[in-house]
Amino acid sequence: MGKVLVFAEQTNGKLKRSSIELLQAAAKSGNTVVAVTFGSHAGDVTAAIGHNGASEVHVVKDAALDSYNPESYTANVVAIVNKVQPSIILASASSTGKDLFPRVAARLNTGVASDCTQLTISGDNVTAVKPMYSGKAFATVNFENSPIKIVLMRANQLPVEAADTSKTASVVENPNAATDLKTLIKEIVKGASEKLDLTEANIIVSGGRGLKEAANFKMLNDLADVLGATVGATRAVVDAGWVGHGMQVGQTGKTVAPTLYIAVGISGAIQHLAGMGSSKVIVAINNDANAPIFQKATYGIVGDAFDIVPKLTEEFKKALHH
Amino acid sequence: MKIFVCIKQVPDTETKIKISPDQTGIDTAGIKWVMNPYDEYAVEEANKLRDANPGSQVWVLSAGPKARVVESLRTALAMGADEAIVINGEGLDNFSTAKALAEVIKAEGGMKIIFTGKLAIDDNASSVSQMMAEFLNVPHTTVVSKFAFNGENVTVERDVEGGAKEVVQMMTPAVVGANKGLNMPRYASLPGIMKAKKKVIKEIEFSSLNIPATDIKVKYSGMTLPADKPAVKMLSGDSSAQAAELVKLLRDEAKVL
Repeated sequence: MGKVLVFAEQTNGKLKRSSIELLQAAAKSGNTVVAVTFGSHAGDVTAAIGHNGASEVHVVKDAALDSYNPESYTANVVAIVNKVQPSIILASASSTGKDLFPRVAARLNTGVASDCTQLTISGDNVTAVKPMYSGKAFATVNFENSPIKIVLMRANQLPVEAADTSKTASVVENPNAATDLKTLIKEIVKGASEKLDLTEANIIVSGGRGLKEAANFKMLNDLADVLGATVGATRAVVDAGWVGHGMQVGQTGKTVAPTLYIAVGISGAIQHLAGMGSSKVIVAINNDANAPIFQKATYGIVGDAFDIVPKLTEEFKKALHH
Repeated sequence: MKIFVCIKQVPDTETKIKISPDQTGIDTAGIKWVMNPYDEYAVEEANKLRDANPGSQVWVLSAGPKARVVESLRTALAMGADEAIVINGEGLDNFSTAKALAEVIKAEGGMKIIFTGKLAIDDNASSVSQMMAEFLNVPHTTVVSKFAFNGENVTVERDVEGGAKEVVQMMTPAVVGANKGLNMPRYASLPGIMKAKKKVIKEIEFSSLNIPATDIKVKYSGMTLPADKPAVKMLSGDSSAQAAELVKLLRDEAKVL
């Protein structure tokens, strides 16, 4: 057995669900789990990291690491990897994970498997499965010539059990290892939405051209609010300027894998299916019974979205709040 | 100023994927290949930067089987790139591709800004630009939807989670991974296509780059097609009945509520 290093991400001092998935998967493998987390909020999540399976957590509590910078994060991850000597690194395929770990891998002269949806850890060995060609195939990723195997997992792919509050992790403080940065983060422009990002959302309500105009997204927002869902959109709707590009699901937007995807007024162009096809349960609501989205859907409703969506919102309200 | 663009050729989204008999890849017979969609934004931004800086040149590079990938290089030339280099090699992974691109860019000299797409839609990995930046020992930013160059530094806007954006400044040389929204890629013009046909594409053998075999870090196996989905369950009745039925199914059958 060896060590698994988990890159733990947090938002304002709260450990992300995707990181909890990784900590628990690492703990289940029987390996020693070591976590790493950065920034002035690092201390806020060490308890939760321990409850979810890590026995040791490395922190760099420098406020200079509050926002992601590829250079400073690479330097710090590599410094901690050299200290901990893990055989496996797990991180989520979040915007930070996807940007950071290829650079870390290059510096450590090792391999990285990105955007994986299945993970099997057996001792020092890892097998990961990832969708290829927009989910039209699945490949097993095998590491070669890789002293450390780095796997980046999509969110919502691994089970999460209740945290065990009797378990704790020892905290190791590290100095900021970064020097002489050529990259400067000048400004962070807050997102329009306080909701979970599409790539992390467990439930997504998505709208297409069938909604007819931008104002009708309100209907989807109302449904999403009841479900605790994030709202997505198709390319056509984004290109029409109804919603921002950050909401686009599909080939040139985001790849999502929620438990539940509700597609409203979406016909199901192949580029859209590419982005949401690996959702666990898909509900399609469309007035055209021949829309290709129905071939991907688990449940289908042929009808008028303007009639059905408000009724669904009411039904969910009843079902979820009683 | 030399502006480099690294592009990848990928199967068109609409193309049907079949698995190769050894399950390590796909059956390439009958595949329609195109330039990776995000790379079009990279080529366009490089062209715009060149046009705004007289005397500059756009060099487009691609690594892969020569006979095939020159097609995408010609597309980039037709869009307005000045020169093209093909790194001829088979079975390269993200690590060795990044190494090869970095080696060739270093050898070519004069790098200032290197554009790539933020990811390739075949493996969705988003790794070559960052690895290449590391091998070149230069800064990088990916998922870029706004780009500005003041002659010395670049300032970019990076799309992150929840619709947030980061404004990032980098010293040059730097690697920039293009996202949708950066620009509107131009179509190749007919004169552009004619000119591109006549261009000599510089050829470099991957095997001549002294990249060790141990720089192949990941290999694929057991590639399979997704399992058939059970047929859709269509709900009936009026809208109220459908809504009630759906909520019941999601709760009791699919168990996702």
